[in-house]
Amino acid sequence: MTALRGQKAWTRKRRRFWLTVLALLTLALAAFLIFRALDEQLLYFRLPSDVADEAPEPGRAFRLGGLVETESLVRLPDGMSVRFSVSDGENALMVHYTGILPDLFREGQGIIADGRLDENGLFIADRVLAKHDETYMPKEVYDAIKERGHPDGATPSGKTP
Amino acid sequence: MHWFANPARFIRLADKILPLTLPLTVGLLAVGLYLALVASPADYQQGDTVRIMYIHVPSAYMALFCYMIVAAAGFSTLVWRHPLADVAGKAAAPIGLAFTGLALVTGSLWGKPMWGAWWVWDARLTSVLVLFFLYLGYMAIWGAFEDRSKAARAAAILALVGVINIPIIKFSVDWWTTLHQPASLFRADGPSIDPSMRPPLYVMLAAFQFYFFTVFLWRIKGELAAIRLNALRYAGEAPRSASPKEEQP
Repeated sequence: MTALRGQKAWTRKRRRFWLTVLALLTLALAAFLIFRALDEQLLYFRLPSDVADEAPEPGRAFRLGGLVETESLVRLPDGMSVRFSVSDGENALMVHYTGILPDLFREGQGIIADGRLDENGLFIADRVLAKHDETYMPKEVYDAIKERGHPDGATPSGKTP
Repeated sequence: MHWFANPARFIRLADKILPLTLPLTVGLLAVGLYLALVASPADYQQGDTVRIMYIHVPSAYMALFCYMIVAAAGFSTLVWRHPLADVAGKAAAPIGLAFTGLALVTGSLWGKPMWGAWWVWDARLTSVLVLFFLYLGYMAIWGAFEDRSKAARAAAILALVGVINIPIIKFSVDWWTTLHQPASLFRADGPSIDPSMRPPLYVMLAAFQFYFFTVFLWRIKGELAAIRLNALRYAGEAPRSASPKEEQP
């Protein structure tokens, strides 16, 4: 009698186990479908290549991300504005920005700019954020690697910013 | 697992573990903070701001770790009705909430000088904020029901629904473009953190882990004592009460 009751309790537990697992799997599937549908919206920024493929109409706000091309930074005569080119290796886009740039901003650095295209295809940025990559090292190590002949620095540049 | 089902036995075990984890927590935290704030080198780009990372990364890791404990406890509550499972979930949640808050605040303090913004709505930051509210919701459910087993089951369901958020947090930086950098430590091709900067990080991770176990055991003991107290009070008053379930202090 106790053996029978024990077995019954065990099957009930087993049923609850599989029902819970099934519920979790259904939930995971639902989440997967939702996030697949939202994929575009969840991108925080677009690369210059995305803009080249399908340029947003002038005046529509979006975020542009990429690396500041070396030797592309120009300070404009008004003393407040800069122009620089943002590139993803394939395409590049000129950015115009008036204001204070973040500390980490430099040529070769990843950045994200909030703004819009004007009629001439120039990106007018309202805000520029520096994007830090996932590499952490002391200055000495950086200098040592640089001396050994990686002019762009030690940052692994395989990843998009 | 069922060996723990006896609360008295569990408390005896906890009392044996606590004298070990408490000094370990304090010692590791002291060493870790010294290494992180004083002995480790400044970053080539971030300068001394990099030291925030030694708090931020372990906090973020613990935020996820605590949630896995809460979710596992929820699963055990729903499936096996393990008597200690709901206690464990209830004990872990506020610790996880605190770590999530710490990760959000330290991240924000780092973001302002480095990115140029306190906060952005990218996938990583937003999903961690959702985790913060999941903890709050979980704790609110515990407070909302008068019947303990009902509260335990409702909270467990929320915990399991919310577990979907954990892989989203972890992989948000790979699946979508984000301002937040990709993983530096837990990544397939090894850490992208220079070896000289790893010891403080590892020590802080260990310190936070032991802090969790210490406070977790304390909170479980407290919760078990509260249950016992309630049961005693209930036993004392029950013979007089016509409908004992309704009674509230």
